[in-house]
Amino acid sequence: MDQYALIMRHEDGGKIASPEQMEIWMKQTMDWIGSIAAKNKFVGGTGLPFDGARVVKHNGIVTNGPFGEIKETIGGFITVKADSIEEAVEFAKGCPVLQGEGNSVEVRRIAQSDGTH
Amino acid sequence: MESSELIPHLFRTEFRKITAVLGKQFGIGHLDLAEDIASETFLSAMENWSYNGLPANPVAWLYTVAKNKAKNRIAREQLLNEKIVPELKYTATSTEEIEIDLSQKNSTDSQLQMLFAICHPSIPKEAQVGLSLRILCGFGIGEIANAFLTNKETITKRLYRARERLREEKIPIEFPSEKEISQRLDTVLTTLYLLFSEGYYSQNGDSFLKKDLCMEAIRLTTMLVENPLTNRPVVNALLALMYFQTSRMEARINASGDMILYDDQDTGLWDYELISKGGYFLNQAATGETISKYHLEAAIAYWHTIKEDSKEKWESLLMLFDQLLEIDYSPMAALNRIYVLSKVKGKEAALEELKKLNETGNPFFHTLLGELYSGIDYDQSIDHFQKAYSLVHTDAEKRNLSRKMELLGR
Repeated sequence: MDQYALIMRHEDGGKIASPEQMEIWMKQTMDWIGSIAAKNKFVGGTGLPFDGARVVKHNGIVTNGPFGEIKETIGGFITVKADSIEEAVEFAKGCPVLQGEGNSVEVRRIAQSDGTH
Repeated sequence: MESSELIPHLFRTEFRKITAVLGKQFGIGHLDLAEDIASETFLSAMENWSYNGLPANPVAWLYTVAKNKAKNRIAREQLLNEKIVPELKYTATSTEEIEIDLSQKNSTDSQLQMLFAICHPSIPKEAQVGLSLRILCGFGIGEIANAFLTNKETITKRLYRARERLREEKIPIEFPSEKEISQRLDTVLTTLYLLFSEGYYSQNGDSFLKKDLCMEAIRLTTMLVENPLTNRPVVNALLALMYFQTSRMEARINASGDMILYDDQDTGLWDYELISKGGYFLNQAATGETISKYHLEAAIAYWHTIKEDSKEKWESLLMLFDQLLEIDYSPMAALNRIYVLSKVKGKEAALEELKKLNETGNPFFHTLLGELYSGIDYDQSIDHFQKAYSLVHTDAEKRNLSRKMELLGR
């Protein structure tokens, strides 16, 4: 069974969202992860705070975020176990950030290093 | 994964506590800083708890993070701008010495003191209500804009100006002196009354938001009742009024958002627990010597929770409206009085009095004329319902009037 990273790209809603809205988003994310964990396919994940982010360029220049298009900024990712890319895609479809227009979840297989493949 | 349940509205509840405590500590000029730190705290919680589950003690987690963020911000402000430091209320020289007291007592006191600061007579009423929603209720700009049926930019500007005003006037965040308190309390109650009305009477179709606004007004008024300094008959009267009105909220609006007239309301939808709370606070309110408009409005609202028609009911209501108009005249109350008068003295007598009120631009004036003429003069009745129809703005009101005209046609 492969592992996949589900990478969430969305706007920095935290700065404009009300406390109530943040609580709702959080609850939805917990439910989403909970449904994957219930199948014993959740590996781990983390949010990536937008504030204080930096980008280091090839010539050593350091810039502040945001980086590129606002809606394409990575806000977090989770890692799941899945039998196929299709199954991983099904997990991604339940991600609450997809409620926001223009937001997306990228599904990427994680390279294995144990030579079992 | 941690499976413990999240307390509903935890973020909103804790937002106002953290903002009030930090706001009091930083001083009135730095309310935005307090709001920022509180917001960032919930952002951190969202980024952590979403993936790792709830911590064992969510509230303690939030307070620790809020305190650390506050200390970091103070240290950063000190480095960046020495000028801001004398304005800050703390006197400690290093961030280790800064104490941020998020205890129950300090949090309640800070919220009440903040309520008095925000409801200062020098701040425009609308801004008082908006700032209260933001700082004391933990609403977001979008939610406040929805409540006022306006856009976010308008609210952002309004709140910005209100904060500037508080800063310029150097309004202290503290309880008013014994001498001032009655007068200051009046302003606070007016704001709470407006906040409540925003939820109860607003044309906004979002019934959850409406109920939330009413419950927030009740919560803030309850805080005043629970403090010996502000537990006065007039505050209890306002709280009674709010409970009586809220008790009929579910019955007032149907599934498609239309207003249901009092006579047609399903009393099964009335909340009798809220009615009995209203009764309790109305009793508490009866201890003073003065009768405020809240006393009278609460008593009027009480009679509306008694569905059975009786001579006593309408005569009591008429007397209450007479008293209310004497101390606080409003066209709506005058028109409502005439409706009551028609129940006590008949339609003809009510029509006589109604014609003396020259409220030709008020749709309710024409609706009432239409009602009173029904069964007496069909043409007049239809004519006034049509005038009312041309004056109302919402579809719900138009549907209501169409229905009345249909009933007349039979």
